[in-house]
Amino acid sequence: MSPLKKNAPRLTRVVGALAEATGMREAKLNELVRIGDSGLLAEVLRITGDRATLQVFEETMGVALEEPLTREGLPLAVELGPGLLGSVIDGIGRPLTELAVRSGDFLLPGADAPTIDRARRFAFTPTISEGATIGPGDVVGTVVERGAFEHRILVPPDRQGVIAKLFAGERTVEEPIAELTDGSTLFLTHRWPVRRPRPIAARLDASRPFLTGQRVFDFLFPIAEGGTVAVPGGFGTGKTVIEQSLAKYAEADVVVYIGCGERGNEMAEVLHEFGRLKDPRTGRAVLDRTVLVVNTSNMPVAARESSIYLGLTIAEYFRDQGYRAAVMADSLSRWAEALREIGSRLQEMPGEEGYPTYLASRAAKLHERAGRVRCLGAGNREGSVTLISAVSPPGGDFSEPVTQACLRVAGALWALDPALAHQRQFPAVDWHTSYSLYSEAMGAAFDASCDPGWSKARATIVELLQRDGELREVASVVGPEALEDPDRLLLQASAIIREIVLGQSAYDVNDAYSPPAKTYRLARVSLELFEAGKAALKKGATYGELDLSGARRALAMMRDAPAVDFEARANDVTARITGLWRGASS
Amino acid sequence: MTATRIARTYRGARAAAGPLVYLSGAQRAALGEWVTLNAPGQPPLRGQIIEAGHDVSVVQVLEDTLGLAPAGIEITLTGELANAVVGRDLLGRALSGAQDPRDGQPRPIGEAIRPLWGAPLNPTRRLPPSDFIETGISAIDGMNTLVRGQKLPVFSGPGLPALELAATIVENARAPRGEPFAVVFCAIGITERETRTFLDRFAASGALERSVLYLNQAQDPTIERLLAPRAALACAEHLAFVHGLHVLVVLADITHYCEALREVAAAREEVPGRRGYPGYMYTDLASLFERAGVVKDKPGSVTQLPILTMPDDDITHPIPDLTGYITEGQVVLSRELHRRGIFPPVDVLPSLSRLMNAGIGKGRTVPEHRIWADQLYAIYARGREARMMVAIVGEAGLSPADRRALALAEAFERELIHQGTKRRTIDETLEAGWKLMDRVPREDLIKLSDQLLASRQEQRAAAKKKEA
Ligand SMILES: Nc1ncnc2c1ncn2[C@@H]1O[C@H](COP(=O)(O)OP(=O)(O)O)[C@@H](O)[C@H]1O
Ligand SMILES: [Mg+2]
Repeated sequence: MSPLKKNAPRLTRVVGALAEATGMREAKLNELVRIGDSGLLAEVLRITGDRATLQVFEETMGVALEEPLTREGLPLAVELGPGLLGSVIDGIGRPLTELAVRSGDFLLPGADAPTIDRARRFAFTPTISEGATIGPGDVVGTVVERGAFEHRILVPPDRQGVIAKLFAGERTVEEPIAELTDGSTLFLTHRWPVRRPRPIAARLDASRPFLTGQRVFDFLFPIAEGGTVAVPGGFGTGKTVIEQSLAKYAEADVVVYIGCGERGNEMAEVLHEFGRLKDPRTGRAVLDRTVLVVNTSNMPVAARESSIYLGLTIAEYFRDQGYRAAVMADSLSRWAEALREIGSRLQEMPGEEGYPTYLASRAAKLHERAGRVRCLGAGNREGSVTLISAVSPPGGDFSEPVTQACLRVAGALWALDPALAHQRQFPAVDWHTSYSLYSEAMGAAFDASCDPGWSKARATIVELLQRDGELREVASVVGPEALEDPDRLLLQASAIIREIVLGQSAYDVNDAYSPPAKTYRLARVSLELFEAGKAALKKGATYGELDLSGARRALAMMRDAPAVDFEARANDVTARITGLWRGASS
Repeated sequence: MTATRIARTYRGARAAAGPLVYLSGAQRAALGEWVTLNAPGQPPLRGQIIEAGHDVSVVQVLEDTLGLAPAGIEITLTGELANAVVGRDLLGRALSGAQDPRDGQPRPIGEAIRPLWGAPLNPTRRLPPSDFIETGISAIDGMNTLVRGQKLPVFSGPGLPALELAATIVENARAPRGEPFAVVFCAIGITERETRTFLDRFAASGALERSVLYLNQAQDPTIERLLAPRAALACAEHLAFVHGLHVLVVLADITHYCEALREVAAAREEVPGRRGYPGYMYTDLASLFERAGVVKDKPGSVTQLPILTMPDDDITHPIPDLTGYITEGQVVLSRELHRRGIFPPVDVLPSLSRLMNAGIGKGRTVPEHRIWADQLYAIYARGREARMMVAIVGEAGLSPADRRALALAEAFERELIHQGTKRRTIDETLEAGWKLMDRVPREDLIKLSDQLLASRQEQRAAAKKKEA
């Protein structure tokens, strides 16, 4: 090895994901650094005189003192452009499929490849002409990706000028698509630092529902396009199934799914399933609208921290094209734990439960990157980033710092309850604790777009569930037998509503996705059943004379019927309701 | 990064505390580098660099440091990372947690050397697990199906028969198509008696020659507990992905592993997380549990069956809690069932196999398996609720339906969960469940369609005819 220049950057300490180096007087905060011959990627976190502290994005086992460092001059950025959809990248933007080709089944430190394949060609169609003046965020042309997605090629937020020449046709990401009069060039892709929110023209209000296709959310706790929701729940309460169901069925143009510190098999399943499953709206593979950002629990912890920012930046990029992007972050707790792990190695003063004191402000900042916006650039495009974050509270206790930090900034809470999960009531949403700050506005939107009775039906059901909670408490003391008939009916009706309307199996091919019309119809019919029961009791029937289990079965069949049979099943239920009490018809 | 460096020897350490030795001025020390420590008149010690620094490097010593005088020791940085010797020749062998022979035979030669800290499997190279493993245990096969490549821990409590359950599974597990399989058993800090419990049962089945044992028992060095499971997993990965074996890894007991982790963290005066366990315990455990799976284009698989003891039977304790967040479900043992003589005492309500759906159904078990399990689960859950109500309102306060539910829950425990040491095929398990459901009135079988019930009736009639 050649003798090192004095004062050349070199490593003086390695512990976990953290390293220290000297010869770093010129370094900048958040600048990228490469360590050693294999070029492990790291980021500068702190500079004191000649010394810098780094977080290393790759496995540090085997890294030795004195290894030379190379400063890259730039912060961690992600390459944005066509080719992202359908791809799988890690927390620092390396394409995992390509890494497997290059270095085999296991992820080895130092392995690298550009996010977007250099050899791949994309057909570029300009939408402006030579001589046009362009500014930040303008669309200069399109690339049709994965069969049908119109990828709009944007002028990077920090560029402008006059087009001198355009290069239509098949281009790689290394070939220019335009030359400006100042001699500079534009490409299909540009890079953007992941920790910096992409600029927008204006923020818009949250007025449109973000359709999830899950009844309990759309009906009881709807969120808005551009909204944020925290989904806390102990292990096995169904966070991942919710994230996956939304990734499959929610109404979004692009979904960025961030597997942050979670399981490898889940990611394999997502890849496998999303490639085969059809988007109910477009009929195309769900994977075609998905970007997977994957940093599983056994992958380096610093890259777990960055994966959230990387995913958000990609979502913002699609938002800037005028699309509705959604980010599924599973889970933000692992992101926070990565912060804690690095913070404690930095010997920072710990806050609550050892988390760094800046946990809440960082959580707030990343939630602020969601929203509905008017995009930068000509053409008045509107786009959005909706953020759905799973939170994994230790012991299922929501009073812990990460859940609390998210709740302070999220617009909705979908609280998952282990007791419901144990009863196999899925999604295990605790309707007493959960809320949505958007629900009133979204209710009005559903009244207008789906059925004028939507908000009213919702209110009735909320009230029913409230009463149900109280009655069940009473019943647990005196026994259900001791209740009056109308109360027993209410208990039974709300049990049916909980099971049929709010319950939804992610594994039922016909019911995994519920369009608003179906959601409303099921709710409506269940309420009619309850009303019919009340009427029968008034006319002199006893609780025991009501054929509730027959009606329940008909409702279940209606719920689980394929879309084509739905009407027929709904009619069956109506017939059941009429025959609820034999005495009534006579 | 793994390039072997030259060994360097230093005399005298700066400090020692608990399992840690602090060393100054170590040249080019590498994180994870293997170290030997020689004190005059004492057997050599081994350790590993867990922090490399110009000013000070921290060595975590495997063996007991009792009586160690830091100033007088000679420390050699070997230039190598901690490794595991792996190979087919390890089958039938018993080694210590530090891979020294424990069976009186010479050190295994092995076929390859693998880093103890295995690199993560590229998620895009994983094949989603989907092969059903018939364990012969109804509570698992029927209600919480295990599949190849899964990590499914047993959440036990002090004194509960988790190891017996593990031994039963290992004895009885059948590969779906009779493919070659192997067992890697790693004892982590368990007692001699507990180890025997497992091995005696296991030896009787004649499966020892298809297994590798890594034994770190209660009397063995604590820090070795951090290495033992990694050696075991490196070996399992080799057997699976090089030799195409289906490897079942039993790790017992993860609680002792976590305690060793806590001991090191405390010695380093790290800021503790919940209940004194280090904040990075999730990441650390994940680096073990994620080493399970199936790889595309490779014939073998690694399935993990870790066992842990919930301190105080508390499932919210950080050890079961973090484990549950990483593993693909959990099999929870119940003290109450154990007391009542039910074996295996599996409480199916908090138990879960997240990969069950991938392993059951048409072409794997039977098409109606999911519904079967859901319906039984609902019946049992209802009965357990009734049991709780009895405690409050007394039997008399129950409705007839609740009383029926209560009786069914008891039948469920006695007839389906309880099976002693008898092995049940999946068909026998399913039949036992159906027999239970035959006693349930139609309106309570809310998950079953008329069609399914009709076909069940037909089957029964056909079976009766055959008998007659
Ligand atoms: N909507 C659902 N429908 C059916 N089963 C569900 C649903 N949600 C969760 N489950 C069940 O719960 C298990 C755990 O869910 P998961 O999302 O993995 O939990 P978490 O991510 O909160 O740990 C799943 O494997 C599945 O069996
Ligand atoms: Mg999950």
